[in-house]
Amino acid sequence: MIEIDRITKVYNGAPAVDAVSMTAESGTITVIVGTSGSGKTTLLRMINRLEEPTSGEVRINGESTLSTKPHLLRRRIGYVIQGHGLFPHHTVARNIGAVPRLLNWPKDKIRARVDELLTLFSMEPEQFRDRFPAELSGGQQQRVGVARALASRPDLLLMDEPFGALDPIIRARAQDDLRQIQRALGSTIMLVTHDMEEAIRLGDRVAVMDEGSLVQHGSPAEIVARPASPFVADMVGGMERPLRLLSLVPLSEVVEDGDAPGDALPEDCSLRDALSACLWTGRTAVPVEREGALIGRVTLEAIRARAELSA
Amino acid sequence: MRPGIVLRPAVILLLLALVLQPEWFEPVFAPLAPEGAPVIYARSSLLSLSLSHLGLVAAATAAATLVSVTLAILVTREAGAAFRPLSRTVTNMGQTFPPVAVLALTVPALGFGAGPTLVALFLYGLLPIFENSIAGLSTLPPATIEAARGLGLNRRQRLIQVELPLALPVILTGIRLSVVISLGTATIGSTVAARTLGEVIIAGLLTSNTAYVLQGGLIVGLFAVAVYDALTQLEARLARRSRATSTP
Repeated sequence: MIEIDRITKVYNGAPAVDAVSMTAESGTITVIVGTSGSGKTTLLRMINRLEEPTSGEVRINGESTLSTKPHLLRRRIGYVIQGHGLFPHHTVARNIGAVPRLLNWPKDKIRARVDELLTLFSMEPEQFRDRFPAELSGGQQQRVGVARALASRPDLLLMDEPFGALDPIIRARAQDDLRQIQRALGSTIMLVTHDMEEAIRLGDRVAVMDEGSLVQHGSPAEIVARPASPFVADMVGGMERPLRLLSLVPLSEVVEDGDAPGDALPEDCSLRDALSACLWTGRTAVPVEREGALIGRVTLEAIRARAELSA
Repeated sequence: MRPGIVLRPAVILLLLALVLQPEWFEPVFAPLAPEGAPVIYARSSLLSLSLSHLGLVAAATAAATLVSVTLAILVTREAGAAFRPLSRTVTNMGQTFPPVAVLALTVPALGFGAGPTLVALFLYGLLPIFENSIAGLSTLPPATIEAARGLGLNRRQRLIQVELPLALPVILTGIRLSVVISLGTATIGSTVAARTLGEVIIAGLLTSNTAYVLQGGLIVGLFAVAVYDALTQLEARLARRSRATSTP
């Protein structure tokens, strides 16, 4: 569990982060979202003490981060930044093994861990281990950056705009991969972004920052359905709120018995996907399948009811 | 086929022949020597003069590298930033002070021989290495440095494992410039009795023997070309790995 306790950072007399408190459960993704200058990056960087807090403290599993030397603390916290920051003069394997090497793991244990992570990120170890970062695509560099941050099985993974440098298609895939890997490993992640879409898509909890303060902290559905202030409503994007809400609801929640024409959608698709399919093909209902077998349908009627219910 | 494949061995073979078998070139230089004067310099072995010349340059450059790089590391740290203008001024002075003047001033203190030449070459070599080291250490990819901090490398580990290796190609460029300048400048050391290839040139000037001047000058020039080429290749090899590095 990560507890942020009234943490404050003052630059030249003005607070960049003003007494922010928040708790993140282990094994969840918390996304901190805000405009530039909202203090979200400063908040993140105070967790691994790349910035020293002016006051307040952060506790990881009950232990204050102030009780360890900063560089030793950082070896226990994974860190991923925009533009990956890989060491250009080291191979992929050396990059991923950076923190285990700092922690003096034996060589064969490091090698095994590197191969395990490369496999997890669907990069063939034989093929990628000895390449240099410049020889990888943007998406691959980004995956190596995340693998490096996970190498020593850290208590916490901090990500600062990790997908900011990727193009939209690769970004969507990287987000899905991150979600999947986080589920598989049970990692605790705190991620900073300016993109509300990304926050809603990835976060178990979303924290909205504005001018150094935490203005709302809750589940994505809460943020979209009940914005705490006009600022949050604006971030969520007024006109698109119903669509964002629909994107949070899987088909399995509203599936009903019955038939429908056309191609089926898997049950873990969102209502937004179903709505899109209906509009695109002129249907009033779409069939829903689970592992290839039809389990019912979702109607436009049900989608509309759900959107009105949440709004 | 690249011209380097032919030119490089040609330069090295010509250089070796000039140093080891100078008498081969007697017909070439003969028209330049005055009537009845010797054509090929024979007062001391060209090989030993060359080795001594290279040794002086190597020693002076090594010292200049050590001092410049250390100084550049210090002034690119947060705590040393205030000293950057001062150290720039000092190394600039080393460059603007003519080596001949340095020789004249140091002979009374160090006597004749290699000492004054070493001092002159050292001072003259500081600036390119220092400036390039500063440039190399202060233009590192910010994301990489940030990541190195974020992963938990301490200051020393960041310097040795990340900053210096990434700055190395640029630092090497400075060393290359400094070596080439020193190879030429070392010749004037022979005016104060340092054993360098300048001895051949000076003997030629004193006896109006153009053959000597050309012989000495040619050997120094070829050494400069060969060393320049070797260091350029080393830099390219180092830079190839880290080229097209992290996107900012």
